[in-house]
Amino acid sequence: MLAAHLPALQVVIPLMAAPLCAIFRRGYLGWLIAVAANWFAFAAAILLVFRVLEEGTISYAMGGWVPPIGIEYRVDIINVFVLLVVTGVGSVIIPFARAGTAARFNNTDQAWFYTMYLLALTGLLGVTITGDAFNIFVFLEISSLASYVMIAMGRDRRALTAAYQYLIMGTIGATFIVLGVGMLWAMTGTLNLADLAERIPEVSDTRPVLVALAFLTVGISLKLALFPLHLWLPNAYAYAPAVASAFLAGTATKVAIYLFVRIFYTVFGGSGFFSTTPLPEMFLVLSVVAMFAASVVAVFQDDVKRMFAYSSVAQIGFITLGISFVTEAGLTAAMVHLFNHAIMKAGIFLMLGAIMFRLASVQIDDLAGIGRKMPITMAGIVILGLGLLGVPGTSGFISKWWLVLAALENGHWWLVALIVLASLVTMLYVGRVVEVAYFREPSAKVAVMREAPASMLIPAYVLVLATIYFGLETNWSVGLAEQAAAKLMSAVY
Amino acid sequence: MNEFLADLNYWVTIFLLVGGLYIITAHGNMVKKLVGLAIFQSSVYLLFISPGKILGGTAPIIAPGFDVYSNPLPHVLILTAIVVGVATIALGLAIVVRIHEAYGTIEDDEVHDLEAD
Repeated sequence: MLAAHLPALQVVIPLMAAPLCAIFRRGYLGWLIAVAANWFAFAAAILLVFRVLEEGTISYAMGGWVPPIGIEYRVDIINVFVLLVVTGVGSVIIPFARAGTAARFNNTDQAWFYTMYLLALTGLLGVTITGDAFNIFVFLEISSLASYVMIAMGRDRRALTAAYQYLIMGTIGATFIVLGVGMLWAMTGTLNLADLAERIPEVSDTRPVLVALAFLTVGISLKLALFPLHLWLPNAYAYAPAVASAFLAGTATKVAIYLFVRIFYTVFGGSGFFSTTPLPEMFLVLSVVAMFAASVVAVFQDDVKRMFAYSSVAQIGFITLGISFVTEAGLTAAMVHLFNHAIMKAGIFLMLGAIMFRLASVQIDDLAGIGRKMPITMAGIVILGLGLLGVPGTSGFISKWWLVLAALENGHWWLVALIVLASLVTMLYVGRVVEVAYFREPSAKVAVMREAPASMLIPAYVLVLATIYFGLETNWSVGLAEQAAAKLMSAVY
Repeated sequence: MNEFLADLNYWVTIFLLVGGLYIITAHGNMVKKLVGLAIFQSSVYLLFISPGKILGGTAPIIAPGFDVYSNPLPHVLILTAIVVGVATIALGLAIVVRIHEAYGTIEDDEVHDLEAD
């Protein structure tokens, strides 16, 4: 009975939990509610994975109204994979949140923070699971509005301007998406994604549909922070509270990437249509530029959080590079890296959050000698940094390996060289942090520091272990990603 | 001319869309940027609502003597979109208030200069 409603519960439980946090206004209670709701969503996602593997695509009629009239929740192998990433990363991050938020905020603000976190989670899960184009816009805005608030709660006053800038750019992106949806609706008379996929081929040569595609491309690219549209990201991640940085870096851009492949590969008639547009070449060029430009900028950042925020832009470049190949191997690489990067980057931001908790700064000069005082935290950053680099034995290697295979399959030898070269630039900025942390004398401020509390280290280390585990055992990450890629290429919704 | 008038709703949509975007980029005042954002968003409302209206159509209630109905779906959608828009502008203004408290100004370039120090 309950199992039949899992797709709805997945979204509804965090949504219902959010106002509960706001009503009780108790930090500890809010945290417990957030943990419970998030873990429930994770359990639901795991159950959904097994059900999808067994039964295939699940179609859930919201409120019993039969699609396409009613709103449909549609769970297939592609979005269940993304659900797993979002809820999984969230489940690890939220236990970490307790110590940091309790030290900084009063009871009411803590409760609001968890409310916003749960709303952001709801929105992201909703975007992923829904099969209705307008529903996507609504959930996207729920998650975005909650993210703006979380970012604005950062301790630096620059968090406010970062949130403002993100609000302006994010709203432009969302409005572009809804403009695209509106034009598609005017041309086809439906908002149901499966219906759209059936009807679009008839009208795919008309100008309104192409204009809709243009709006959707720009709108979603803004949300996923594709290279020239990434300007909102570095400051937002740098000045947000650690939990928000980790959560957004791990999940928000990933859901936008999912939305992109969903629109292009399944709604717009699959790879055949995608390769008739100039988009694959455009994405190829922009991804490569992102991989290099953002990495080089990251090397010269003095704020370590900002450094890894730029690194996110570069890593998103690796993911979109996989998408631009329009092959099954390319999409597998993209999906695998989506999974692995979510874990690694969330882990790094949690570690930086632990340093921020003790030191109240992540300026690189302040971190001198911190490897001696916070050895466990720094060891985690080193392992996750090696993962970003793509060292064998970490999950980053698996992503790069698949990306290189996909590039070779397309005959792009030069691209293999570029992928390796971009990884070397990653080494420069990770190396810069390692050099400062281990090979410099501790400053007076660092000398009196203690290791981060266990309540922070344990969740962060779950992500470190996951990075190593998924670097050795790839049945889950690559296995599911391959199935998702095959489904995307088949263009059957 | 008639052709132009037949598509008048789309012309207004485009005007609002481009005008809103222009205000967002051209103005340094953060409140004015939000006004631009509101105008930009309202272009979408028009884009959705206008194709839903059929001349001579009535509300979609089955009654003898009425065969032409307007589509109610866009109204429902845009009601939702308006709520989203109001929430966005409200949150934006709240952040601007906080920026004013923290920086003492809401001019983009002045805030930028303060951040550089």
